[in-house]
Formats: sequence, structure tokens, C-alpha cells
Amino acid sequence: MSASFDPRLVARLAAVGFLGVIVQTAAVSQLPIAGANADLTPLIVMAVGLLCGSLAGACFGFGVGLFFDVVALQTLGVSSLVLLGVGYGAGRLREARDPEGALVPLAVGAAATLAFALGFALMQFLLGADAPVSWALVRQIVTTLVINTLIAVPVYAIVRRSLQGSLPDDPRRRRRRAYTTGGLSPLSRGTDLR
Amino acid sequence: MYDKTVRRRRAVLGLLVACSLILLTAYFGESTGGALHGVQRGTSEVLNPLQEGASRALKPVRDLFGWFGDTVAAKGEVKDLRADRDRLRTEALAGEADIAENKRLSALLELDGALGLKDYAPKTGRVIFQSPTVWYATIRVDKGSDDGIRVGMPVINEQALIGRVTDVIGSSSQVTLITDQTMKVPARAGRRGVFGIVEPSSVGNPTDLVMRFVPPGAQLSPGDHVLTRGTEPEDRTQSLYPVGLPIGQITHIDNEGTDTQEVHLRPFADMRSLDVVQILTRPRGPGG
Repeated sequence: MSASFDPRLVARLAAVGFLGVIVQTAAVSQLPIAGANADLTPLIVMAVGLLCGSLAGACFGFGVGLFFDVVALQTLGVSSLVLLGVGYGAGRLREARDPEGALVPLAVGAAATLAFALGFALMQFLLGADAPVSWALVRQIVTTLVINTLIAVPVYAIVRRSLQGSLPDDPRRRRRRAYTTGGLSPLSRGTDLR
Repeated sequence: MYDKTVRRRRAVLGLLVACSLILLTAYFGESTGGALHGVQRGTSEVLNPLQEGASRALKPVRDLFGWFGDTVAAKGEVKDLRADRDRLRTEALAGEADIAENKRLSALLELDGALGLKDYAPKTGRVIFQSPTVWYATIRVDKGSDDGIRVGMPVINEQALIGRVTDVIGSSSQVTLITDQTMKVPARAGRRGVFGIVEPSSVGNPTDLVMRFVPPGAQLSPGDHVLTRGTEPEDRTQSLYPVGLPIGQITHIDNEGTDTQEVHLRPFADMRSLDVVQILTRPRGPGG
């Protein structure tokens, strides 16, 4: 987590967040697919959370959300509040479970998109949205969820590639090091003692 | 060491949540001329050329996606369009008599019929941003206060009314679409010009609007057209929209004949694929 203060990482995160929001607003949001469109913001925040941890994920989510609200002329604070939760959640998953596997970003990306959509909807109701919710809204959320799930792995790969060289300890490297130095968890050490 | 890390993590999280809530409360509570709105507009102004450039650069990709989507949608529309053609042919025959009568009456009253679009001094703009969340039905157009655009001006595309300008900066303006939950448009429907207020039927549904406050005895039926009402002589305040702009076509009526009847209509304009729009800079016509 100390790596979150690495100036190179911060600069790269700022660039990733900036470009992500610009691409989202200038292109992706104008590409309707089956009546909905992809939403890169929760995927980018999820990727940063998974790669950099909860603290960096939360800060990145807050920053991206705030920038997005500013660019889209939306109510300030809504996206930042929801996305900081997404980034923190993805980061905690990395710290607590350290998930492995090529399809982890796919599952976490789907969860991040769903959390963002539901969190955003909840905020809108709390702020006093007075129109009823239709099946069309549910269908759009589900469609966005499906599209985001499909593109979660490539988005994760692009973010990872962009941050390569500045990332905190890679989980695989950590695991490899732990193996060569006699195990990672107290449980494995206990086994050795017996 | 572990405790310190956990404490720091929780403190930062709490701080960020507090910042978000403070921003949200301050923004929600202030007027549109407030400090946060000003900062937001200023930042938007700075980023506008970048967004516009990115939007132009990525237009071929958007067009490619649009082509695929249009091809699939066009196949499904052929049947509907054939039915529409047959119905419109019948209506056109019936309408010829009405047109002839209208010409006579117009000549009698020394009116020259409906106003042409040029009278509203339209400014053509390109859509450079469309809100990705279904909760905000907004677009941004590359025409702003430098081009004479002001808040409140109606916006149309080649098909119908799509919304009105709700925020303006120097080089661009934000347009809130008629499918946004905050929008209400006074309208008239059918041959008798029945009055009602058009608003979205539900959040996130760009293909269904509802016309409320329609009198219970109103004679409306599916297929009738809905147009903007404009300003009537007895109105205390002027409508933001000129008279006669097409909005949509009635699809069905819920609770027909009761006080709570809701007339559903499908907007003529496809709000999901807006590219070029026109802002009516003189919505009250030549004398406005």
C-alpha cells in the first residue's frame, strides 16, 4: 500500500483516469449496443483496486467519479461516492483473498458494474427522483452489465499494462517469493513446525 | 504496524466519504449560479475542445457501430413502416379536404399558415457528448453562448422536438432531453388539439412518454400526433416552446375516459442516436 504514494504510480493513475473518462464521454457513451452502452468507469476503478489495493482504489474511485461528475455536468459527489466504494471493495478483495485466475477481472468487473448501477440508482432516489422505474431501466442496467462483463478482461489488461512498472507487489510475484522463503500464511508455517 | 495500516485505511476512506457527502450536499443546495456550478462549468469549458476533438476523431468508430445497429433495426421496422404507409395514405386523402378548408380560412384571416423554421433562427450544432447514465437524459452540443445560445431555448433534430438548453458555457451547451425526468412540455394532441403535459413515463425509457392532465372526455386514439402547444393568448407566462413542433405519436391510452387517464406516446426523435441538432434561438418567432 505504500506504493500508492509512489509519484510515478500516481501520475500513471491520473493519466488512466483522465483518458478513461474522456474516452467514455466522447465515444463509448455514444455507442449504443442493444439499447444501452458500456460503462468504462467502474471497470477502470475495479482494475485499479485489484492491482493497487483498497487505499489507492478508493482514492482513484473518488477522483474518477468527481472528474466524471464535472465533465458530465451531473450532481457533484454522486459518482465519486459510489466509485470510491467500488475501488475500496475491489482493493479489499485483493488484500483479503488475493484472488488468482484469468477470469477474476470478469467476475469482479460484473460485480463492480452492478454495484455502481445499484449505488447510483439508490443515490438518485435519495436525491428525490420522482419518476417511476420501468422495465426499460432494468433492461438497460442488465445490458450494460453484460457488455461490461464481456469487456472487463481487456479493460483490466489495458489498465495493468498502463501501470506496469509502477505497481505494488504483483500477487503472483508475492506468492512465488513466499513459496521460496518458506510459506506465506501462519497455517503453512504451523504445518512446517509439526 | 498492521493496526496503523488499518487505521490509516479507514481514516482515508472516512475522509473520502465525508468529502463526497459535503460536495453532494453543497452542490444540491446551491443555485445554478453557485460556486461549485461555476467551477464545474469552468472545468467543462477547458475540457470542451479536448472532448470535441476526441468526439470527432472517434466518429468513424461510432458510425460503424451505428451502421450495424441500423441494419438490424431497419429489418424490424419494414413491417411497421408498411402499416404506417397504408394508414397515412388514407389519412392523406382525408386530409386534402381539411387542407383546402384551412387555406380558405387562412386567407380569410390573412394568416399565412404555420411559421417556417427560419423564423426561429435555428443554429445547427453537433452532439459532442451524451450522458452514459440512464438517470440523466442530457447531451452536449458544440454551440454555446458565443453563438448566441441561451438557457431555455428549444432544441430539435430532423425529426422532432428533442429538448431544451439547460446550461450554457462559451463554446458548448447542455441540452436536457424531453425523456429526462425533470422535463415537462405543454402539448396538443389529435385533430381537436386536446391539451396535456408531456413528460417521461418512467426513468430510463427513451421510447415512451406520457401525456398527463388530458380531459376525461378527450377524443384521442392511437396514431394521433402530439405537437407543442406554444403560448395561447390567455396564458400568463409564455411557453418555452413555439407552437406546432412535432413531439410524438400516441401508442396507447391507460385508464381511458377516467380522470387519471394517461396517454402514452412514442417520440418521433430517436434519443439514443442524436448527431446533428438545431437550437431555435428565436423560439417566439420574428417578433420575439
